[in-house]
Amino acid sequence: MTIAVPAQPDRRVRGFDLSAPVLYAFAAVLLLLIVLPLSWLFIYSLTDQKGALTLANFARLFTESAFLDPLITTFIIASVSAVACCAVAAPMGWLVARTDLPYSGVIRALVTASFVTPPFLGAIAWELLAAPNSGLLNKLFRFVTGAEQDVYLFNIYSLPGVIFVISCYTFPYVFVLVANSLDRTPGELEDASSILGGGRWYTARRVTIPLVLPALLAGALVAFLQAMTLFGSPAILALPAGFHTMTTKIWSLFQYPPKPELAAAASLPLLVLTIILLRAEHLILGRRGYSIVGGKYGAPRLIPLGGMRWPALALCLTVLLLPVFLPYAALLNAAFSPIATTLVTPSNATLHNIEFVLFELSAFKLTLRNTVILGTATATAGTLLALVIAYVTARRAVTGWRFLGFLATAPIAIPGIVLGVGLFLSYTRPPFILYGTLWILLIAFVTIALPSAYQQLQAAFRTIHPELEDASRILGATRLQSLRQITAPLLRTGVIATWCFVFVGVMRELSAAIILFTSETKVVSVLIYDLNESGDLGAISVIGLAMLIITFAVVITINRIPGFGQTRFRT
Amino acid sequence: MATLSRREVLKGAGALTFSALAVRVAAAPAAEGVTPALVEAAKKEGAVTFYTAMDLQLAEHYGKMFEQKYPGIAARVERSGAERIFTRIEQEYKSNIHAVDVVNTSDLSHCTAWKRNGWLEPYLPAEVVQHYDTIYYDSEGLHLTTRVLVSPLGYNTKLVSAADAPKSFADLLDPKWAGKMVKAHPAYSGTIMNSTFQVARDLGWEYFEKLAAQRVMQVQSATDTPKRIMLGERAVMIDGAGYLLIRNKEAGHPVEVIYPAEGTPVATSPSAIFKGAPHPNAARLFQNWLHSREGQQILVDYARQYSPHAQTVEKPGVRKLAEIKLMKEDAIGVERDAEAIKARYARIFGV
Repeated sequence: MTIAVPAQPDRRVRGFDLSAPVLYAFAAVLLLLIVLPLSWLFIYSLTDQKGALTLANFARLFTESAFLDPLITTFIIASVSAVACCAVAAPMGWLVARTDLPYSGVIRALVTASFVTPPFLGAIAWELLAAPNSGLLNKLFRFVTGAEQDVYLFNIYSLPGVIFVISCYTFPYVFVLVANSLDRTPGELEDASSILGGGRWYTARRVTIPLVLPALLAGALVAFLQAMTLFGSPAILALPAGFHTMTTKIWSLFQYPPKPELAAAASLPLLVLTIILLRAEHLILGRRGYSIVGGKYGAPRLIPLGGMRWPALALCLTVLLLPVFLPYAALLNAAFSPIATTLVTPSNATLHNIEFVLFELSAFKLTLRNTVILGTATATAGTLLALVIAYVTARRAVTGWRFLGFLATAPIAIPGIVLGVGLFLSYTRPPFILYGTLWILLIAFVTIALPSAYQQLQAAFRTIHPELEDASRILGATRLQSLRQITAPLLRTGVIATWCFVFVGVMRELSAAIILFTSETKVVSVLIYDLNESGDLGAISVIGLAMLIITFAVVITINRIPGFGQTRFRT
Repeated sequence: MATLSRREVLKGAGALTFSALAVRVAAAPAAEGVTPALVEAAKKEGAVTFYTAMDLQLAEHYGKMFEQKYPGIAARVERSGAERIFTRIEQEYKSNIHAVDVVNTSDLSHCTAWKRNGWLEPYLPAEVVQHYDTIYYDSEGLHLTTRVLVSPLGYNTKLVSAADAPKSFADLLDPKWAGKMVKAHPAYSGTIMNSTFQVARDLGWEYFEKLAAQRVMQVQSATDTPKRIMLGERAVMIDGAGYLLIRNKEAGHPVEVIYPAEGTPVATSPSAIFKGAPHPNAARLFQNWLHSREGQQILVDYARQYSPHAQTVEKPGVRKLAEIKLMKEDAIGVERDAEAIKARYARIFGV
């Protein structure tokens, strides 16, 4: 007996899979974005003013102390900052993510606050606090101890001072990476260890720490690279401190008459160093990657701190005094004070600075508008681009994914200021004449944001086991469908976080903007830098606070949209 | 008198104008006044962009005053150090971006470069021809002197008594000032580019080498040093905008000016209209107003600077220029040596 089975339509028959063309299109955009300015930099570094081939730029770079000294200084700053950031951020990240620390949400919010603070603004605030003679903390110290006028406790215009300020605004990178990684570490693995007789600390040492080590190492790397390529803080502090870092040196090479060929050469050691470090990270971590969000893991258990709960909280708050409470207080004081470093009292409080910024400072509204437009556009474009590349590399979706990943990470090695010049050289000539428009700044900001956006999203992808997507594809979805229906919802938190991250990054960005702006396309960070040049600290404080308010408003609004930001993916 | 009597002040500028005349004979443009047609055309453009090295408060004050005088024309100020403005305009013009209408630099040699590039638009306001000595404007009407700047020493009177205060550049080498002085940078500020040239010429570069050994705090702008001593961050200011010391002193802050015995560095600060100005009529109107009796009186009363306008009325409190021993300005020398000065200065001071 036979049963006639009606022919089932083949459910796996589907339309043309668009994924490959879409992915290659993104690859092409990326290539253009990064290869074009880098090519110009290479060409310039190997040519002289007349355009003839030469190695003279590199010879100068490695023989003249005017270049060697900044190189060494930069290396010291980056190394010490990276170590300091890890030493502070890792324990804090662990306390917040894995213990029953009270108000851990507040601590997270405060770390976010230090992250959104632009490093140049932080540096200016720390000038107000710790300039040897006029700094508020030093004044307080002299008042309390009755010390002489020349005696001071802190000197922000020094190498340790610069390292300190850079670390203040770099440690959130490490914190976020460590805390997020610990958030996602499943409790089951630790439970297994406990069940098999491992004690609390044994479990921490053998299970939790190895699981979080990739994030910590990545954090140290990011901190090192951030500190190495940072322009904002050194631009404010290095000149009065009497030394150059590589970034401030490179900027000084663009003063008239500009020497882009030397600047290009000076940036290549930073590029090489970064590639070496990224390789080293890869070798150390090897194949140790952990897919820790699958479809079947539980939330981590919190370790009870017992009597140490409140001291631990106090410790966290003390740390946060440095990047958040003290600088903000100093800015607030300066905003209402007749002289920036005089304490505001009811009798001397003034609205002069606010009036000046709102009604007289003619560049303020224009720069604010430019900044908000660029922030929104960069965040949207940058997140999209990073998302696609992260997907491609995490799932090895196209041949050449490794190269794509490298390209997306490469800009981290290019100091923003050098990228600015590369872009300047690329987009002041046909076929793309973009200098003088917001487009060139958009390209710069997207390129600068890409590495960290990519790393964040790639880390997010890594923690989502492909089995979930595989299941979808086995059931007949195309790659794009499974992306939309399975991966995207799982990634939503990561994507929103990345969007905010990029937006905030634009607010903080100074180094490329300072090369690429024109008077019509100026952004707030450049305005603040200009105001700092002429010592208008009151106006800076008002603008800085306004900038922080806008940033917080954006971050909070987006986190309030229902379903956004609040969902944590612990199934 | 707020106007300048000493022609020597601008010998350099005069020589510059003269040499330019010698090379090519160009007729001065006809002097133009403010006509209703000009005002109308300027209002149609609705905006003027003013790149300037003058202190921000003053620049914005000028912007507001201009807007009040000619409602409907928004004045936007783009302020930074003169050397940065020079770089900025170079960068923009080489890329065919014409954003600047009127520029006011504190380094006369910049105008020579712009003039050579053919970037400047000739324009001579009638009042300038009537009331300015010819040494104060270019014979072809390409640039006009807006103000004359001096870069004296200064100190914080809470930190230093009048008796102890330095009287000369030589006094600054006394070990007692080590770590207590602040100085602006010639790579950012036009005033300081000129003062560095003049001090190096008159006292020798060895002077700066000895000065660098005094652990000098280095800032960028000539408008920043007066503010640093006002805050008490350093006791003594080596160079910077003298007018800000006077303004701050008059506002009740504990600062005092010293005109050094060797002579006080001086820089004339010219303004010019660019050929590619996006608002050519507003630019003319602004240039006209800035150099009018009204605009120049603001310079004297509000900004406490020296005006080249013969009819401005002096306001007591500022030492007359004729009574200050001045160093000699040499714009040709500055243009010739600018790059070498920046390089040598950076080597000596390490930044």
